[in-house]
Order: sequence, then structure tokens, then C-alpha cells
Amino acid sequence: MNAIRNPSRRRILGTAVAAAGAFTLGFRIPMPGEAAAQGTPAAAPASPEVNAWVVVKPDDTVVIRIARSEMGQGTLTGLAQLVAEELECDWAKVTTEYPTPGQNLARGRIWGNMSTGGSRGIRDSHDYVRKGGAAARMMLVQAAANAWSVPAGECRAAASVITHAPTGRTTTYGQVAEAAGRLPVPTDVAVKNPADWKIAGQPVPRLDTRAKLNGSQVYGMDLKLPGMLNAAIHACPVFGGKVREVDSAEAERMPGVKRVLRVGDYAVAVVADTWWRAKTALDAVKITWDEGEHANASSASFEAVMREGLEAPQAALGNRAGDAAAGLAGATKRIEAVYGYPHQNHACMEVMNATAVWTPERCEVWTPTQNGEAAHAAAAEAAGLPPAQTEIHKIHLGGGFGRRGAVHDWVRQVVDIAKQMPGTPVKLLWTREEDMLQGRFHPVTMCKLVGGLDAEGKLTGLTMRISGQSIVAGIFPQNIRDGRDPVVFQGLNASGGEADIGYTIPNLLIDHAMRNPHVPPGFWRGVNLNQNAIYLECFMDELAHAAGKDPLEFRRALMANHPKHLAVLNAVAERAGWGTPAAPVNGQAVHRGLCVTHGFGSYVAACAEVSVSDAGDLKVHRIVAATDPGHAVNPQQIAAQVEGSFVYGLSAALYGACTVKDGRIEQTNFDTYPVMRMADMPKVESIILPSGGFWGGVGEPTIAVAAPAVLNAVFAATGKRVRSLPLQQADLRRT
Amino acid sequence: MAKLNVNGSIMDVQVEDDTPLLWVLREHLNLTGTKYGCGIAQCGACTVHVDGAAMRSCAMPVSAFDETQKIVTIEGLSPDSSHPIQQAWLALDVPQCGFCQPGMIMAAAALLANTPRPTEAQIREEITNICRCGTYNRVIAGVQRAAGSSAAG
Repeated sequence: MNAIRNPSRRRILGTAVAAAGAFTLGFRIPMPGEAAAQGTPAAAPASPEVNAWVVVKPDDTVVIRIARSEMGQGTLTGLAQLVAEELECDWAKVTTEYPTPGQNLARGRIWGNMSTGGSRGIRDSHDYVRKGGAAARMMLVQAAANAWSVPAGECRAAASVITHAPTGRTTTYGQVAEAAGRLPVPTDVAVKNPADWKIAGQPVPRLDTRAKLNGSQVYGMDLKLPGMLNAAIHACPVFGGKVREVDSAEAERMPGVKRVLRVGDYAVAVVADTWWRAKTALDAVKITWDEGEHANASSASFEAVMREGLEAPQAALGNRAGDAAAGLAGATKRIEAVYGYPHQNHACMEVMNATAVWTPERCEVWTPTQNGEAAHAAAAEAAGLPPAQTEIHKIHLGGGFGRRGAVHDWVRQVVDIAKQMPGTPVKLLWTREEDMLQGRFHPVTMCKLVGGLDAEGKLTGLTMRISGQSIVAGIFPQNIRDGRDPVVFQGLNASGGEADIGYTIPNLLIDHAMRNPHVPPGFWRGVNLNQNAIYLECFMDELAHAAGKDPLEFRRALMANHPKHLAVLNAVAERAGWGTPAAPVNGQAVHRGLCVTHGFGSYVAACAEVSVSDAGDLKVHRIVAATDPGHAVNPQQIAAQVEGSFVYGLSAALYGACTVKDGRIEQTNFDTYPVMRMADMPKVESIILPSGGFWGGVGEPTIAVAAPAVLNAVFAATGKRVRSLPLQQADLRRT
Repeated sequence: MAKLNVNGSIMDVQVEDDTPLLWVLREHLNLTGTKYGCGIAQCGACTVHVDGAAMRSCAMPVSAFDETQKIVTIEGLSPDSSHPIQQAWLALDVPQCGFCQPGMIMAAAALLANTPRPTEAQIREEITNICRCGTYNRVIAGVQRAAGSSAAG
């Protein structure tokens, strides 16, 4: 029982060879577009593609091409299900591969957008990937019909077998794939009604699990190229600072060290035979920084700027209805509160890394990225080469959460290093400390809310002034119009179907005073929905309490025009037993809190159950969550995303805060930036309510309901309103 | 120079004494299933077995080991992913990004070896590895499933 077998030495060597083999196979598969683009013959014979999305091998193995990146969210499997559904292939014989960004460019973006963020993997590409699968099926059937000299309309396809009904003849996809690939790709392609799905919509197991059980899954960190050297890097810990002076004499004498290099004007790297030697030598490099204008910045100094913004006369409009000032003036009761949300690091389990080879003619980069095309553009720019002479090989990600999407700072760094060592492959791996200090952080904001209630406790008006950081201003400043960042109002919009407020409030004003600190922002899983859901949903709880009403009933009274928001809220309230007392746990009373929001196209709600001891110890016991994503492509993976969202969202709520002192981030590793572990993990019950008619994302929206549901439950338990994170810093002792 | 017993084989490695075991495994023995996550024994991505006990290899210098200690990495846990933990993980689709899972699986396997029928509280207490994707509830279910199957088998 549980005997650990001792494999032979041959096994060890075999593993190493297998790992190298995986690398070779992973990146040497010649694709038609690649061969054409490079003007070089394919290195090995390959099965021709039926169309851009589908390759069928003679043994009926189906290779489905996936343009988006797999980082744990299951998009690889979900997208393959959508293609396979229309292809009518044998799901047991499906494998996947990534086309490269260079191939996408060479073929006129035939695979569309490669960006994997905003929970868009499936909801933005379901139409064309399903049509890709359907078109391939039509071509395969036509090829069989041609071979039999019968009308295609007399042939049917199922599970990779084509049958000519009148004669009973059959063939397989593998037998006709080559002929199918020579046919024109049909343009008039119909897709199934989701009600008829057999593969999509099913809770099929992921396609990528087995390699994750035995260490054979290759992550960027694991790559090894022949002759490869390893680099460690240290950038100025104060953003905007530069390298003033470097004393590398000691480091250059250390074992294995090949070079000590400057990277741009802001970082120093050591290149050595092994990474551990590079990192050890880097620790011995004496760097003097010019810390620049932000050397004295702090969280406190930035909070002062945001507090000014809360009262500033100028702000960009987000949502307005009626006359908020008049609504508040006419109220018999006025409630006011100020909330805040801190900087947070993504803290992907796999730190940033990339491997590059640069020559004057060509630059190739291997990296885990959420956006191969953006990585390609960054690499080409850093390489000083046209994109056609640059290539990105996407590697499976050890977590992304937004850090590996819009900004590819580490790709620029590795190319800069490789460019200084032409022809030598170099792998750059950050330390965890570098990853913590050089993040692209969750934006920091504050919000002042003012609400008015009439004598019956009805809401007469609401204002929300958000003050603080804009992600878009930091990353895509060209998208800021008249000082307005449209993404900052996620979950608060009047309409749009993407991230809309779930209440009809007679007099409403929501606006944003943009105040940007020097700490660079990033798209952080859940993005702006995270803080907006806290601001609105915790304040809704405050208003309900002030009105002397039940938080569920207070919300419902404002939701008549928002049936999809209401449906998920009702679902969690009913399942959790809202309105009936929760059973105590270990003698502690259990209290509930609610939250509902809309983001990334999906409607989500949560009911949290918590207890707080007299000593102030908070325990989250159970969370009931509901999601309406329109269509559910893989329910068990949606459930996994919902469960995972509470780990990410509750880590943020309970522990997550990156603070700034002397211009730099103070938290450097998991000892000073704790995250949720198994001991803290609540039970999660996930209700999936696909109402049809739209496509919503699932990777992110649920993040945003974690903190508000818990904060509202904490109030129910303690009578204390916690309005800033992390919760672990709040004093919840009974007084 | 160090002599190590890894996955049943005696290996000689030329390396500075203070090199953490993790980097010897990854860079000298090409056993890259064991991951670097934090370097300070916090996250558990580097978990291996040393004489059957789960140990974080990132903060242990190679000089602390000799050939009498049996080191087992994820690659050596079973020849064909047949360990009950690996089978339970497959059945429940536990991994998401999967990066922390070699360490998580090694921690879970060591727990089961020492406590064949752990309670849920023991699982939560004993496995302190960090997973950022949030697989914790499936990890708990997976350990319970493996405990059931190993008891039955």
C-alpha cells in the first residue's frame, strides 16, 4: 500500500530524455504557414491541415489548434470541445497544439486574437472556432462524397466516421483528410444550436491533466536548449529609477559566471552556466541606484492624493440617472462611507521567465504568455528586427492572472540580454523577490459613497466617487479620452451587457477622479470589478442596515429591471438558506453576507458564511456561488474556476496588500505577502445557471464577489464595517 | 562534489556545497518536475521525499545530504502515474495550471504514507503548499479518494 517504487537509473535518464523530447516535439512540428513564411522546407513530413483549426492524421488523431493560452483556466479543453462538437470527431482522439504568433501574422491572423485575458478565451472566439470545426467537417464529408461519387448531402459524419446512408459505405476522417485539405474552405457555415451539443456543454475531463501528475509538463522555467546559459536579473526597486554604478569585480570571479550585463538603463543581469550560480553572483554585484523622483513615495503619500480626489470638483462620468444631488437633499437619512482597495501582486506560482536566442537575422523567444501577439511585438521591438524575423513559442503557463498579458517586460529583458550575447540561448528567470518588487499591480483606489433614504427606508439617491489609479492610463494611455478610463467603471455601467449595475436607482452619480501613483498598474484577475463590487455591495449592506431592512429584501426592491442579476442572487440566497439561522460551527455562531455583480459578460452572486470568535478570529466556513455565463461549455471546469476564484479573491480580501515605502514595494515573498492556504479554504458550492442567449466569461467574475460577501458577513457577525483590506489587519475582537 | 540517492540511483554531482537541493535536481539532474516557487521554504512547490518524509528542497543545501538518504522526486513517485494520489488527481481533474501540483502531490503522498486515513482536518493542517489557481478543495477530495482506494487495495 503506497509503496514508493524505486525506479532504475535508466528511468532517470529516460525522464531527462523525455523532457528534452517533449521540448523538441513541442516546437519542431512544422506547420504549413510556418514553412511558407520562412521559405524553408518542413523538417519532417506532417499531416496536412484540413483547415487552419483542424489537422487529422492517418490514424484519425485530430489535432485542434488553439489560439488562446492555457494557464489553468481550462480554455484549451473548452475551445477544443467547441471545435470538436462541430467537427463531429471522436473526442477520445483529440489533441491540441498552439499556432505561433509568427504563423498567425504570416497567415493574416487566420487564428484571430491570441490575447487571453478579460475572461475572453471562449466568449470572444466561440463563433469562429465553431465555424472552423464545422467547415472542416463539411470538407471531410465532401472529400468522402467525392471519392464515392455521391452527393455530400447523402453522407453523415459522427465520431470521425463518415457514412453514406443509402449504401452503408463508411470511411474515417483520417482516410480522407488529405483530400479534404485540398478542397476550398466553405464560407457559408452553420453551427449547431447549443441545445443539440454532445461534447460541448459536457463536464469532460481536461485534456492537459496527465502531464501535470508526473512532472512531465514543461513550463517556461523548465526549458533547456543546447548550449543555453542562465540569467538572473535585478531591476531598480524604485519604479522609474536607473542604474548609476555597478561593481561586478567579485561576481565576475565567481564559479560559472560568464557575463555581468546592464539591461536597459534600469537593471543588471548576471549570465552563468546555471541559474543558481547566476543568482548567487547577482547577490554579490554591488549596484548603486539613481532612484529618481519617486524615491520618497509611500502608500501614505498616495493616500493623501486619493483623498484629495474624493472631493475634487473634476471627475470623469461613469453612470448617471436622475439628479443625485436632489435625491440626496430630499432624503430623511444620509449615509456616508469611504472605502479603499490596496495594490496587490499577481503572485503567479511560476515567476516571470523567458528564453531567447538572438542573431542579427532572427530572434526566437520561448515564454509563458497570455498574449502571444503582444509578446511577439515586444520581442521584435527589443530585438530590433521585423516581426517576420522574430518568433514567439508559447509555453504552458504556471499561472497568469493578468500578469502575463498586456505587458511583456520580462520578454524585453531576455531579448536585451540575448542581443548582448549573439547566438547563445539564454534563459532569464526572476527570483520570487524580483517578481514581487517588479509586479504590475492591482490598481489602488478609494471610493466615497453617499446614499439617501426616505422615511420608508427607500433609496432616494446614491453617489459614488472613485479616486485613484487607472490601469488603462498605465498600459494603453492612447485609450484614455478626455481623462476618462472606460474600464474603471466595471460592474457599475448603465448598460452594455459586459459589466452592468444590477440596480435601478432613481438618482445616481458615479464618477472617477483619476490619480495615478508611480507604481505601475496591471490587469489583475477580476480587474476593476474587484474594488467596485466591494464599494457598491458593501455599501448596499450599509444602506439596508440603516434602513432597518433585510439586505436581500433591500436589494430585491431595486432589481425588478435586472432579472439576470436577481436570478443569481436568489439562487445563492435560497441554497444558503438566507432568512433561516445558520447552524453554529464548533460553538461559534455563523453569519451570512451577500454579494451580486455582473462582469466579463456573466452574472455572479455569492453568499458567504463566517464566524468570528470573541478574540476576533475570522473563519470563512462555506460559500454558495451562482454563475450565469449564458452558455456553459464545460460545467466541471466552470466549477473549478469558481472554487479557484474564491482562493484568489479571499487571498486578496484576507491578506493581500502591497505597500510602498521609500518608493518601493515592501512585500518581497510569501512570508510578507501571505496568500490563502488549505487550512483557510471554505467549502464552495457552485450553482451554474446558464440562461442562454449570450456568452459570458468565467475565469474572473466570481473573484469580485468573494470579498464583499465575506465583508458583509463579518458585519453581520460583529457589527463592524471593514472598509479597507486586508481583513487580517482589522480588529474584529468583540468589545 | 556531492553523492546523492535520487529516485533509486546514486548520482555524483559537481556543485558548490551551498547549492540548494532543488537546483541540483533541476539544473544538474534535469529533474525539472520539482519547481522553484519562493526559495524560502514557504510555498512547497519544491517538495520532495527524503526517506519518506515531505521536505522543501529549495532551502536545504546539497551538503546536508549523502547517498544514504533516499530522495524521491515527482518523476520517481511511480513509474506510470499509478500512485493512488496521482490516480485520484486524474479522476478528479485536480490540477489547473499544474505548476504547484508536483509539490502538492508529493506532500499528499507523504501524508498518506504516514497517515493512511487522514481526517479532513489533518489534510488541511498537514498540507501547507500554496496553490494560486485554487485547487484546494479538489486536493482535499483527492486525498480522501486516494485514502479510500489505498485502504481498499
